[in-house]
Amino acid sequence: MAITHRPEATDLDRTPKSRWRWLFLLPLFVFVGVGGFLAVGLTRDPEKLPSALIDKPVPAFDLPPLAGREDGGLKTADLGHGQVMLVNVFASWCIPCKVEHPMLMRLAKEGIPVVGINYKDKPEDVARFLAEMGSPYQKIGADRDGRAAIDFGVYGVPETFIIGKDGKIAYRLAGAIQERELEENIRPVLKALTR
Amino acid sequence: MSRLLRAVLLVLALWPIGAALAIDADELLPDRVQEARAERLGQEFRCLVCQNESIEESGADLARDLRRIVRQRIVAGDSDQAIRDFLVARYGDFVLLKPPFRLATIFLWLGPFILVALGAALAFVALRRRQGATLQTQPLDPAEQAELDRLVHAGGETRTS
Repeated sequence: MAITHRPEATDLDRTPKSRWRWLFLLPLFVFVGVGGFLAVGLTRDPEKLPSALIDKPVPAFDLPPLAGREDGGLKTADLGHGQVMLVNVFASWCIPCKVEHPMLMRLAKEGIPVVGINYKDKPEDVARFLAEMGSPYQKIGADRDGRAAIDFGVYGVPETFIIGKDGKIAYRLAGAIQERELEENIRPVLKALTR
Repeated sequence: MSRLLRAVLLVLALWPIGAALAIDADELLPDRVQEARAERLGQEFRCLVCQNESIEESGADLARDLRRIVRQRIVAGDSDQAIRDFLVARYGDFVLLKPPFRLATIFLWLGPFILVALGAALAFVALRRRQGATLQTQPLDPAEQAELDRLVHAGGETRTS
């Protein structure tokens, strides 16, 4: 009876319900979307920062050799030249550097050129470190004040860079090289670059 | 004043000083204007070791090195933007505590406003519909009104009796 008084009420009543019913699910979709976004964020390691130098040429630097080494130090011009290289930033006082050391030795033994930037270290300490653990490095530059490391965007030791044949930085790892990192990331990059 | 309260007030009073000065006296630039510029600029840069402190606040080794670089470049006559570019070239946008406005960060900047707008739109629609629903209530026809009167009347009687 009421309907006969105001027939337009039926239109108002029916259209929103049938056509906009899915809107009830909108908060659910928004929740799932935002929740998924945040969940992915939670799984990411905030310590692993992206490098700003990927695909950029090696920064300009020129480091003297460590005392007692005849390798001439390390400078920009030593990198690239049609050779794929590993640049490892290390220090004798850094514990993770000792952890990753066997990996570097392994790579060096396989014939991959490894060069080192020795970060804020005392010459006698590095000498002892290398004598005890062996040296995977073809050349080492002594970065006493850490300035060259800053030019590489290093924020902690160890860090490892893979330099392509063209002298561009292809890959950066912040932290110690571990077995999994080596097999899953470093080797594929090396393989792709040497091809 | 109780001793505890006094201690709390003392801590609160000294708090900002402790937070602002990780810097050693020998790092300060002799020129006051340049030093003020270095401090203002340094507060824009994230210490990459501690991540939630600026390089001016952080006691980390790297933060000290970066403070020194900022001061060296100020003395060398670099503009603020040149110093910002210098650090961004090495450490990426992450080194800036305030991320720049560009395509990759557009959701970071506009996200909250988009969410508020979305919420406001939903609230608006919901309220409109509720209002529409109240407009749709029908006036009682005479028979219904009579029935209501009867019930109210009866209810009143029951309560009084």
